[in-house]
Amino acid sequence: MVALTYGAAALATLPLIFILVHIARAAVGSLNLALFVSMPAPVGNAGGGMANAIVGTLILICIAAVIGVPVGIGAGLYLAEHRRRPLANSVRFLSDVLNGLPSIVLGIFAWQLLVRPAGHFSAVAGGIALAVMVMPLVTRTTEEMILLVPNALREAALALGYQRWRTSLAVVLRTAMPGIVTGALVAIARIAGETAPLLFTAFGNQFWSTSLNRPIAALPLQIFNYAVSPYDDWHSLAWAGALVLIGIVFVISLAARFATRSRFGAAVD
Amino acid sequence: MLRSEQSDAALPASDLTGCDNAVTRNASLQPVNGSSFQCNMDGLPGIRDVSSLEREGSLPRLSAGGDTGDRAYTVLTTAFAAFIPLLLIAIATELSRAAWPALHEFGFGFLTSSEWDVPAGKFGAAPAIFGTIVSSFIALLIATPLALGVAVFLSEFAPRWLQQPVAFLVDLLAAIPSVVYGLWGIFVLIPLLREDIIPFLRDTLHLGATRFFSGPAYGPSMLAAGIVLAIMALPYISAVSREVLRAVPRSQRDAALALGATRWEVIRDAVIPNARSGIIGGVMLGLGRALGETMAVTMVIGNRPEISASLLAPGYTMASLIANEFSEATSDIHLSALMAVGAVLFLITIVVNGIARWLVWTVADKADA
Repeated sequence: MVALTYGAAALATLPLIFILVHIARAAVGSLNLALFVSMPAPVGNAGGGMANAIVGTLILICIAAVIGVPVGIGAGLYLAEHRRRPLANSVRFLSDVLNGLPSIVLGIFAWQLLVRPAGHFSAVAGGIALAVMVMPLVTRTTEEMILLVPNALREAALALGYQRWRTSLAVVLRTAMPGIVTGALVAIARIAGETAPLLFTAFGNQFWSTSLNRPIAALPLQIFNYAVSPYDDWHSLAWAGALVLIGIVFVISLAARFATRSRFGAAVD
Repeated sequence: MLRSEQSDAALPASDLTGCDNAVTRNASLQPVNGSSFQCNMDGLPGIRDVSSLEREGSLPRLSAGGDTGDRAYTVLTTAFAAFIPLLLIAIATELSRAAWPALHEFGFGFLTSSEWDVPAGKFGAAPAIFGTIVSSFIALLIATPLALGVAVFLSEFAPRWLQQPVAFLVDLLAAIPSVVYGLWGIFVLIPLLREDIIPFLRDTLHLGATRFFSGPAYGPSMLAAGIVLAIMALPYISAVSREVLRAVPRSQRDAALALGATRWEVIRDAVIPNARSGIIGGVMLGLGRALGETMAVTMVIGNRPEISASLLAPGYTMASLIANEFSEATSDIHLSALMAVGAVLFLITIVVNGIARWLVWTVADKADA
């Protein structure tokens, strides 16, 4: 039976290795500078890149972070400071519920709320759909990180005449910051590869666009469109795109690890 | 430790709340450094009680005046916290409002009819609901034993040097974007199914005679979706199971060992029964993920709105139905029917996740007690 658990562990790590190795092998042919700097080529023309999709994904990530992270931190502060209030309990539960919602449902919600009244797809709508996914994750990590801050710090600040809001922001929040940054980056890494919420909001764009009020290209959408297309050129671009997307997710995750180990690391313990 | 320049850096943030007098009032306190914070506190244990009581609002505030900042701060954080329930309410109302025309038109038949005919304007979501449930069920059937095996391995048997790398690799499965799983599914898994796995299941294991493995096999199928979903749900199930297995008290294991149980018997009779509801919670969380998963499933399930007993036949899930048809929906009733599918999916995942959280929490409470 012990051997069986060894077997399970081996079997569970196999798909990951298979997938990563296959992506690396399939993508290596089309991984070049053009991928990052040039625009998609029409069918039949060799080459072409995904510059617009890469920039689009970065813009969408920024929108999601700018909207989602502050709300998450604010809600997390509330949860940590009013632990037993009825509102805190329901917010805690509902943020878990929100976290578990299928991303496609958030996509049609954003469409109904933002795209339908406006009459056109837009980068902002996509960013907001992603922000909704960021919020619950940041809320919960903020709460957990703030609870780790020693009470003595808070009391010291209060004893010196700091008001509660300044104590919270300048002492408690700052001490918890590295952990919160890590949590925010983990949340952003999770949404960076999301496709379903963008299908009917950001929609994708074959052309160069950085306007927030117009449809915008995104790497996951581009991979999806290329993967289901019948053209071999596009298939290999899809693999290259997948490698870039995993690269982006991986860099953000690395940054998250680095944030915890940075100069503030010791203050949390 | 806290340094004075950190407090300075935080000042611009406080300006945002628009409380000038508070800033000037406290400006004289800036140069105090962190170490003296600590020393002063140790001598004054009584302060602890006052500050915490004050925080709960049961004592009158000590500092009179200048509490505009406090009030603004409380209002602001409460507003952010209240935003999350409001968001959920907004999602629920918007979805049900948009779904109402279809639900009104087709009534209960929307859930039971398997006729999804866009040109005729007839919409029954049964094939999609069936597909969602079956593909998630296949996923759990594959992923649960594996995830449990990994969790037991990591929490009980793994040598120390193996624990972290294996846990890291399994967790990494959750970091791969679902569209990449879909890509892998189309170009690697489906050919593999068509050429090796399905012939093996049919001819070598003689399963072809059963209803579940009959009919033509093109590749894109319920089985393919189930396998991809299993890989995607595995890290969630194993992460939660690992946590709850670790939460089982040491004394349980020691007691079983003292009674002469082998290492395996300890796990079977002492550890797993204690962690059972938490493990079920983890499985339910994995189920929640699988039910709502969109892209990977859309890319490998074949997208045909029919109910078939064969796992090798193409199918549809609620999420992939929405993903496929939403941007092409032209008639109002089609759009509304897709919204109704979204609303059903929303309800199912809320129920599944609610039960999962509750189960995990009960184990966590027991471990605390």
